[in-house]
Amino acid sequence: MPQNVKRKPDFIRREMPKQKAHIRRHNFLEVALGYTAELAVAEAMRCLQCKKPFCVPDCPVQIKIPQFIQAVADGDFATGIRILKESNSLPSVCGRVCPQEEQCESHCALTKKNGTIAIGRLERFLGDWEAAQAAMALPEIGTATGKKVAIVGGGPAGLAAAADLIKAGHRVVIYEALHMMGGVLSYGIPEFRLPKHIVEREVNYLRRLGVEMHTDFVVGKTQSMDSLLDEFDAVFVATGAGLPWFMEMPGNNLNGVYSANEYLTRINLMKGSSFPFSETPIIRHKKVAVLGGGNVAMDCARTALRLGAETTILYRRSRAELPARLEEVENAEEEGVQFLYLTLPINTIGDDSFHVTALECLRMELGEPDASGRRSPVEIKGSEFVLPFDCVIHAIGNGPNPLIPATTAGLTIGRKGNIVIDNETGKTSKERVWAGGDIATGAATVIAAMGAGRKAARSIHEFLVSR
Amino acid sequence: MVSIIENKMIVPNICMITVSAPEIAQSVQAGQFVILRVDEDGERIPLTVSDWDVEQGTITLVYLLVGKTTQKLASLTAMDQLATVVGPLGNAMEIDHYGKVVCIGGCYGIASIYPIARALKEKGNRVTLIVEARSSYLFYWQKKLKSVSDQLIVITRDGSQGVQGHIGKLQGILASSTPPDRVIVNGCNYLMMRASEETSPLKVKTIVSLNTLMIDGTGMCGVCRLTVNSSTKFACVDGPHFDGHEVDWDELAKRRKA
Repeated sequence: MPQNVKRKPDFIRREMPKQKAHIRRHNFLEVALGYTAELAVAEAMRCLQCKKPFCVPDCPVQIKIPQFIQAVADGDFATGIRILKESNSLPSVCGRVCPQEEQCESHCALTKKNGTIAIGRLERFLGDWEAAQAAMALPEIGTATGKKVAIVGGGPAGLAAAADLIKAGHRVVIYEALHMMGGVLSYGIPEFRLPKHIVEREVNYLRRLGVEMHTDFVVGKTQSMDSLLDEFDAVFVATGAGLPWFMEMPGNNLNGVYSANEYLTRINLMKGSSFPFSETPIIRHKKVAVLGGGNVAMDCARTALRLGAETTILYRRSRAELPARLEEVENAEEEGVQFLYLTLPINTIGDDSFHVTALECLRMELGEPDASGRRSPVEIKGSEFVLPFDCVIHAIGNGPNPLIPATTAGLTIGRKGNIVIDNETGKTSKERVWAGGDIATGAATVIAAMGAGRKAARSIHEFLVSR
Repeated sequence: MVSIIENKMIVPNICMITVSAPEIAQSVQAGQFVILRVDEDGERIPLTVSDWDVEQGTITLVYLLVGKTTQKLASLTAMDQLATVVGPLGNAMEIDHYGKVVCIGGCYGIASIYPIARALKEKGNRVTLIVEARSSYLFYWQKKLKSVSDQLIVITRDGSQGVQGHIGKLQGILASSTPPDRVIVNGCNYLMMRASEETSPLKVKTIVSLNTLMIDGTGMCGVCRLTVNSSTKFACVDGPHFDGHEVDWDELAKRRKA
């Protein structure tokens, strides 16, 4: 539809088809099924094409949102994906896991009428549309600069930086410690939320652009950072999450107690859900407690549910304070995950065989707002109670990965073990070394890490061409 | 993919594999381990690097046949490839000039103690090596071990070679000469625990190299956690070497069964 034709605003957000809750709770297939072309065009046509778009400023990678949506509205998906990929090399991933409702979509002009344009769903549609085509258009690669950049870590930050740097004409090599590229996209986010073949597809796209990738390579161990700097003109450190946190209470080392990282890695990276066909075992627990209220907690709970367990999320505040995306909370509720709010576990109880049998908890009430602006939970004295569980998963976050900080001299390390960077450029205190993503900021989102990767890539590019 | 150079059973139930891994051979130090995955759907298991050859670009691992993965590994030959060999992981063994050091090895630890003894010897320590097995036919690498030690003491359960008995004889052996400045033990958890109990009254610093379950081996999953001196440590990044007198052995044994 031509832009100049006036039409009445359409406030009805097109729903994306999903697997029914009673079916999907028994399988690991993707929950959301994606827009059809008709739905995507109908949704895109609702966009008001604001002269000054409110949606773009809050996008960490600054996607030209109105432009790509217009292309979808015109039915010109090839142009849409080209515009999208100028700023985002992983559209199928971001369309699925970005918290759009807090970013681009929250400022949509239609939000007041609850008719926010589903930017994320359109992004996902274009990414998937392109993958279904016989040929994938490759962007233009700048003339070779002869400069080499090493990227440490094959997760979202590293992949985003790699895409920008290779397009700028530099040689890019990614070193990944695990046997699979993708970082948290591979080991952390479950199949039903982000199918692994999509991660593989987006990684392969970067391979086709010429990015070299070495898996099973631990920088700091297999080769030191300093010897990497001898070989490369610049290094970008994007090693992400490390040491998982456990709630401070007795019994955390009992069998049946997991960090979210371990639980999800066993299932996702090591394909534990198909044990014994894959070889990494996962015990089929019967009653699972997940501690925490973020997206990772939802992932753990919904995974445990799919493995046949009765699953409860224990959270010390109330539903309104849950840090997880509302969409994920609703999905979890629909599937039958139980939520126990205002509950603080204080003790893990085990049996003689050293296996967890129960959690002792305290009831909480909400007090004054704390530094985060959320009402802080206050313990109710004498309210202790015990609930039986045979598995406890701690999903309360993790610190930055310790390997690079511990093995590299000259990097300024923050109080929490993070690498200190200049927020504008991603530069570290060490010459020719940049860092970004969870290793610098602590656990955040996929898109924040990608934004950090792009920022660092820009700064690295400026540095390389100025030399 | 990683190529296998050689893979054979050296004594009943214990195998030795040499693989091509030039980068690891280049950077590995005594006491470090690798994580290995046999094939695409295989689990990740940690194995200590027992020897390496920088020129040939190879590393050698000695492993006990305990479960499905090690059985499958043992079935491979020089023509085959492994899906993953990543490392070297963990901290290197702290090597310094201590004076007299007693190194103890049992089972696969007879191999993994070898590079540690070699490094200690190169630092000018007087190295006594004690190896323990059920019977003489379960020993291997004796020539190699002799070459890196000033004294090699053999303990067998059945008395078929050396001292008859088990690691419980350690105090007696140590009492017969000047007390060591340090003891280092590699082997199954039981051997390391018993050896630590033996050296505890003598107040000799005793370092053990723990073998816990691991997945990523880089500090991300936390399955390798244990209690040392009443605080939680991760064997993969804080260890695998700890003071044997500070390890919560009971918990370690129970977690191993998970």
